[in-house]
Amino acid sequence: MSENCLSSYQIRRTILEQSKRANVGHIGSALSIADIMAALYGGILHISDPEAADRDRFVLSKGHAALALYAALAAKGWMSVQTLASYCGNASLLGVHPEHALRGVDFSTGSLGQGLSFGAGAALAAWLQQSARRVFVLVSDAECNEGSIWEAIMFAAHQRLSNLIAVVDLNGQQALGYTNDVMSLSPMADRWKAFGWDVHEVDGHDISGITQTIASLDTTSGPPHVLIAHTTFGKGVSFMEGQIKWHYWPMSDAEYQDALAQIGAVA
Amino acid sequence: MRGAFAKTITELAERDPRVVLLTGDLGYMALEPFSDRFPERFFNIGVAEQNMVGVATGLAEAGFIPFVYSIVTFASLRPYEFIRNGPILHQLPVRVVAMGGGFEYGHAGPTHHGLEDVGVMRVQPGITVVAPADHPQARSALLETWNVPGPVYYRFGKDDKTTIDGLDGRFALGRAQTIGHGTDLLLISMGSVTAEVAKAASILESQGVGCELMIVSSFNPAPVADLAEKLAAFPIALSVEAHYTVGGVGSLVAEVIAEHGISCRLVRCGVKSSPNGMAGDQSYFHDLHGISSTAIVETALKTLQAREVAL
Repeated sequence: MSENCLSSYQIRRTILEQSKRANVGHIGSALSIADIMAALYGGILHISDPEAADRDRFVLSKGHAALALYAALAAKGWMSVQTLASYCGNASLLGVHPEHALRGVDFSTGSLGQGLSFGAGAALAAWLQQSARRVFVLVSDAECNEGSIWEAIMFAAHQRLSNLIAVVDLNGQQALGYTNDVMSLSPMADRWKAFGWDVHEVDGHDISGITQTIASLDTTSGPPHVLIAHTTFGKGVSFMEGQIKWHYWPMSDAEYQDALAQIGAVA
Repeated sequence: MRGAFAKTITELAERDPRVVLLTGDLGYMALEPFSDRFPERFFNIGVAEQNMVGVATGLAEAGFIPFVYSIVTFASLRPYEFIRNGPILHQLPVRVVAMGGGFEYGHAGPTHHGLEDVGVMRVQPGITVVAPADHPQARSALLETWNVPGPVYYRFGKDDKTTIDGLDGRFALGRAQTIGHGTDLLLISMGSVTAEVAKAASILESQGVGCELMIVSSFNPAPVADLAEKLAAFPIALSVEAHYTVGGVGSLVAEVIAEHGISCRLVRCGVKSSPNGMAGDQSYFHDLHGISSTAIVETALKTLQAREVAL
């Protein structure tokens, strides 16, 4: 197992700094996946550089959390500080949702329910090219409202795409409410299991646990894999955790200072 | 064109290992030339067109040239946003093969009638849109476009027998093809209904009306210069399409007339009303919507007579 070399603190700090600077929301969704991104970009993904043809692919299917991806790309040194600071600016490639034209972004997303199909195609391509590369797709729990996600789930299981690894950010929230109130997705793990996937439930904030689980997967044969990552929406900032309003809400100055202090940073 | 497609893509696959074929569980007794020859490059994705286009996007990102196949409505409308956010946004070489434009699946009812696909596709600047008139032209179009960098939308007809006299398989991106040299009336057509238009042209000729037939099969890029030149030379043009009159070839011609300030009266023949729930064969629907050869002749004569009265 490779040593993790990317801190979720840095990702959280970038999320707070840039969302405050740009005065935009989607903060809670990004904080929810900060530890998953730290695990992926800190050691799990095999990417020598973002142009390498045989690199592992990553699809952020829940594109509205792109700031967490930008933070990881910046922490890896694949994005300059100046580029990162253009988040949500005019003529910037760094929108709220990720665009493939940006170095390090394999697929554009933002319309929920499309990324798993892109990833399944990428995984099939790796098989056809006899490459050992793997494809990781991070989907949100509410994204599984989209019927196309289940088309992709059926397809990947039928094709036995063992090199495809989905991670579900199971934070139990969506834009206007809690998933249990809007459209129940429970029991999430059993649903994927019933569709033929190799299912693992993990703590989505335990970087070591996520890394170990993925290291244990057989990506050369068998069914595709999914990690049902139990997460807390807004993780790390107490007044955001589990709160619906932080799907869209930007921070006030006071909230920003409080949030920074809570993750252990000073402005 | 269905047979021409299967034959041509199989030849292309022989030539280039990047060519793969995905179907949404359609193409019985049609795709076998490919699936028998290249079973490892043929995928029946099941009845899941959104996923099919998404998977094709993932394949294309890795260097493949995936063709995705279904009936017009299921190939274009069901996965439309996947086509938009996948191959168009990423500029990847996915080829959407849409079979049976217009009323070719007449008996199957309105869910299977392809009446707006060219309209919704050609509004996207990032996709090549092709709607050939007969099977030799479909083959030429495939051979010219299979390897272009971005995505392509093909609206093919099922017919592998009918050919348009004088078209001789001519095709060029951004160009229109013409047949005849009459000067009274310009007929402009799209897709396999061109057979009806060609028939109408010869009936009109026999009645002393000189026609020129312009066939538009390349929509993105559109043959704007060819259209502008011809339209400027005629007082009256009739566009004919097995498609709603909004969005297809009639709209394209109207755009060219307006943007070039051309003095040419345009009459758009095509579908103007919502489905009436009736099933029927293709010729029934062509008659119903005024795009059979008989109806085209009638409209042409009425329009010409009205002009004479006005003059």
